[in-house]
Amino acid sequence: MAEIEQLGVEVIAVSVDTPEQSKDLQKKAGLTYLILSDPNAEAIRKYDLLHSKAGQDGHDVARPGEFLVDSNGVVRWVNLTEDFRVRARSEQFLAQARQLK
Amino acid sequence: MERKRNWYIWIGFLLCAVGFLSYPFFFAQYPITRDVPWATFLIMAVGLVFAVSGLRRAFGRPQVYKGKVAGSILGVLSVAVVGLFCFGVFYASKQLPKSAGAPQVGQKAPEFSLLDTNKQQVSLASLFAAPLPATQKPPKGVFLVFYRGYW
Repeated sequence: MAEIEQLGVEVIAVSVDTPEQSKDLQKKAGLTYLILSDPNAEAIRKYDLLHSKAGQDGHDVARPGEFLVDSNGVVRWVNLTEDFRVRARSEQFLAQARQLK
Repeated sequence: MERKRNWYIWIGFLLCAVGFLSYPFFFAQYPITRDVPWATFLIMAVGLVFAVSGLRRAFGRPQVYKGKVAGSILGVLSVAVVGLFCFGVFYASKQLPKSAGAPQVGQKAPEFSLLDTNKQQVSLASLFAAPLPATQKPPKGVFLVFYRGYW
């Protein structure tokens, strides 16, 4: 993660969790990147990643998805898994970050 | 003569159960054993070999080994545990909605404004405006990682 930031790329995580829940996770896992809360799935809907009623108690969650956005706001890389066990690896992130001019 | 305790059927079931539980708690944390759960399948395969050998000697040499009843029950449970894992891995985890409307490469990333863990509003624009601690410059890019969360 530090390596990605050295390349000038910031990592942001987004979920439906509240800021408090995300803070808990951040502390427990020792995460350094920003975690944003999208409890009403506003951003999640804009990126068409809503997995409705898939969470506990039928709560809406996000399906996993990763995007690289450049400083012009243009998407440069997308990774949408078809299996929530299989997600992008840190090597993939690094390789994409290196390619970004 | 006292018949021998049939440990194989117990070892078999134990391995299947350990294989099942070690996936979420251990192997799923490492991409190499997560994406293709070969380590879990290996443990379960060894477990099933023990279960089958245990059952064979329970029924083949009942005068020497115990375990016809316990072996049958544990054998069914072992297969059920392995079956449940296969169901999860080959079917359940693939039940994701299509995401046809997701922004594609070359398209503009939709703007958003959300709260961070300190309840500060963060938007894509604000991210590109603030310098990164590591480089002291605004980021060249932002990785947006959407994940399921606790819910």
